[in-house]
Amino acid sequence: MTALAAEPVAARMRQRTPSIEARTTENGQPFLFVAPADLVLLLTLLRDDEDLRFDALMDLTAYDLLKYPAKAPSDAICAVWLLWSHVHRHELMVQTHAARSDCRLPTTSGVWPAAIYFEREVFDLYGVHFDGHPDLRRIMCPQDWVGHPLRKDYVYPATYHGVSHLRDGQHFESQPAREAR
Amino acid sequence: MADPQCRPGNASHEQIHLTAVDEFLAWGKEHSLFYLLFATACCGIELMQAGGPRYDIDRLGMIPRATPRQADLMIVAGTITHKMAERVKLLWDQMTEPRWVVSMGSCANSGGPFSKWSYSVLNGIDKYVPVDVYIPGCPPRPEALIDGVMALRERVRLYRTTGQRTKTPHVVAGIEPAFGAHHEKPEQKT
Repeated sequence: MTALAAEPVAARMRQRTPSIEARTTENGQPFLFVAPADLVLLLTLLRDDEDLRFDALMDLTAYDLLKYPAKAPSDAICAVWLLWSHVHRHELMVQTHAARSDCRLPTTSGVWPAAIYFEREVFDLYGVHFDGHPDLRRIMCPQDWVGHPLRKDYVYPATYHGVSHLRDGQHFESQPAREAR
Repeated sequence: MADPQCRPGNASHEQIHLTAVDEFLAWGKEHSLFYLLFATACCGIELMQAGGPRYDIDRLGMIPRATPRQADLMIVAGTITHKMAERVKLLWDQMTEPRWVVSMGSCANSGGPFSKWSYSVLNGIDKYVPVDVYIPGCPPRPEALIDGVMALRERVRLYRTTGQRTKTPHVVAGIEPAFGAHHEKPEQKT
């Protein structure tokens, strides 16, 4: 299993998707960064290109940059696609970002149907709305849950359906218990 | 016409036992606590182990049932989230009286390792259903589960005699791991 070098792929795709950038994570893993407008086109090209053939979506996840203001783009939710090619046995990471206030991304479930569940999970835990998703519901939390728990500014609920979350006299370690929503 | 070959107690006139019907039925309930086959986390592994050949919880008359309508006892084994807790309440509602609840493990007792840092885990199933026996441990050994079941049988017996359910829940004391013939004792670090 080899991680594909990002720069040649970016050079190859730059004509069709001009916002593409080849970047490297802090621990040295290359990835492609792309603007949300070019995302679906880029992923379709990556899937259909003869030399790349990323036919499998291994994972779709996200992370929150709120606690890392030095890292660009600050105040954004970054979504991550991990791609795998069964044909060429290589993998690639693609990232994009969405503003925290208006958190919208185009759906990629048209490229890989596996993204349907992944996008529901990212929507549930990070609040990213995937435009065009066929069935964007919460998948882990209950349907009437308030907030998106893995966001760094998430406030823990004190009660759920009138049942208190904690034992008497107990409080959350990370933040003080708030009033019931 | 006593048969000299017949063992004591096996003769027909010795096999009659007189008792009250309700006492007889309650005796049956006490010795056949069918439990709901229901587990949510690693405590379920210990629950399965208690049903295995070494601990063999079947010898106590405890047979797992797949539906709450046939079960007398619910063993809440594992972490209960808010989402799951409402389903636990639904299962408990479907059980017939008298019904009993054993809270097995730290998660079901009080949230356990998730109690202070989790937004979704309920800190104790007793917020939803009344618990008769608490078994501490993470997870409890099968001995602790059997100890809790024996305590519960004591309660079932009391319920038979007085018709009253004990309000105060029973808490199983911590059990030291037994290092018997089948257990390797770990070396003492000096």
